[in-house]
Amino acid sequence: MTRPLAAPLSPQHGHLPHAEPSPVTRPFWEGCAAGELLFQRCRGCRAAQFPPAEHCRACLETDLGWERGAGLGSLYSWTVVHRPVTPAFTVPYTPAIVDLDEGYQMMTNLIGVAPEAITPDLAVQVEFHDTAGGLRLPYFRPRGTA
Amino acid sequence: MFGLLDPMSAHRRAAIVGVHNTPQGRRLENVTSRGLLVQAALGALADAGLALEDVDGVNAEPDAAGLIYDLSLGPAWQGRQFGIAAVPEAISAIESGQADVVLIAAAAAGVYRDRASTAPWTRPENEFVAPWGLFTAAEFALVARRHMITYGTTPEHLAQVAATIRNNGHHNPEAVYYGRGPFKPEDILASRMVADPFHLLDCSMTSEGGCAIVVAAADRLPDVIARPVYLLGAGADHFGPSYRYPPGWDLGGRRGGPVNGQVGKLAADRAFRHAGIDRPDVDVLELYDPFSFEIIRQLEAFGFCEPGEGGPFVADGHIDITGSHPVTTDGGTMAFSHAGASPQMLQRVIRGVQQVRGQAGPSQVPDASIALCSGGGAGALFNVVTILGTEPT
Repeated sequence: MTRPLAAPLSPQHGHLPHAEPSPVTRPFWEGCAAGELLFQRCRGCRAAQFPPAEHCRACLETDLGWERGAGLGSLYSWTVVHRPVTPAFTVPYTPAIVDLDEGYQMMTNLIGVAPEAITPDLAVQVEFHDTAGGLRLPYFRPRGTA
Repeated sequence: MFGLLDPMSAHRRAAIVGVHNTPQGRRLENVTSRGLLVQAALGALADAGLALEDVDGVNAEPDAAGLIYDLSLGPAWQGRQFGIAAVPEAISAIESGQADVVLIAAAAAGVYRDRASTAPWTRPENEFVAPWGLFTAAEFALVARRHMITYGTTPEHLAQVAATIRNNGHHNPEAVYYGRGPFKPEDILASRMVADPFHLLDCSMTSEGGCAIVVAAADRLPDVIARPVYLLGAGADHFGPSYRYPPGWDLGGRRGGPVNGQVGKLAADRAFRHAGIDRPDVDVLELYDPFSFEIIRQLEAFGFCEPGEGGPFVADGHIDITGSHPVTTDGGTMAFSHAGASPQMLQRVIRGVQQVRGQAGPSQVPDASIALCSGGGAGALFNVVTILGTEPT
């Protein structure tokens, strides 16, 4: 008899730690509020860049533009956390690194899948969720499960 | 070769001449970090047979300036590196004529306040990391997962490492978890999950304590009562700030070469090249052990086994005290102590010194004369390597 899978992972709802955005990073969070996953692209060498910075990390060009990504990617690595870093987090939750199709990596939490069902290179898509205090975060779930 | 050279000589050498650990404990009563710092400093000077008046250089990051003032040690050279990197920095300062006797000290008491078991200096503040609930166990787990995906490394391999190091602590009377074993890999796997693949017993503990190291110019050796230990080689690999960016295995740089998952490889290669020795010459590996997987990763990065072979390597008993590659012989951060950012790493060097001096008690590696000591890890984007020996090269 197979053991039934645990419940799918959920987004957080508490007051999560979050640094005050800087002028360089604010467009990303404004994008999240609008339900868009933004990233920087260098107008010099066309490299995608995240997290944002004042210079292109590849060619040092300062002419960087924001683009809206498709929000599609694949799972690079993950860990299912059972002991929260602070009481603001509800366990289990799953910090993950996602490879975006546009060619950059970002940290996120994986949702919408049972911990035991997570597999390497899982195809994922972005999904925005509100947490307490008005912070809207980009989570990722298996593609086609929304 | 190491006569009374002029302090400004281009050929001046320095050696580690004193080491000391204060008592370590999960919580120490009626002590402060500053008090422990002084206790550790005086202990290491006593071990060396030197006096406070001999000290003209200090590193106790982040408290070095305060210690210089409180101990009236000025004018003194002040070191700025933390952890293992403080040792090559002090030796360079002496060998370049900036100081004669450098005291490196580190201590922590009363720092684990909030959520008592997460080290406060590791809490991510970056806006692209913090809201995802990252902490060290999760950061290092993200690295371990890539190795498991790529090479098939198993939780059992990780548990073998944790059981080995915890058993070293079980046998060490100075360890916080002395007598708490013995542990079998099954015991590690049966402990509660923290951030998979890491169970509670795959992770370091939190504790309090102090430690110190005295480094002196070779021309001061006639005054020293301890057997000098030489830095044969060192290296430091950094990929960026700790706990602010995704700890990707494949994070690389514009020169190519090793990626973050192999952090410490270039450092080790440089250290061995400078020392003029190779891996088979090393008798004991005092590897930093924040999480069990880091031992497997470092054995590969430092070239003691091939990439991907670290799991089967530790499963075959190589890393036991009686094995070919004994690791972290005092019990490390899992069982000896994990008292703050700098002490936990300096204690790898202290244990390396104890081993090559033959002062490692029940966990002495027979006839050890060369030790490799490391600090940092791929989850933190840096690794520092030192090779110590009883004979200068």
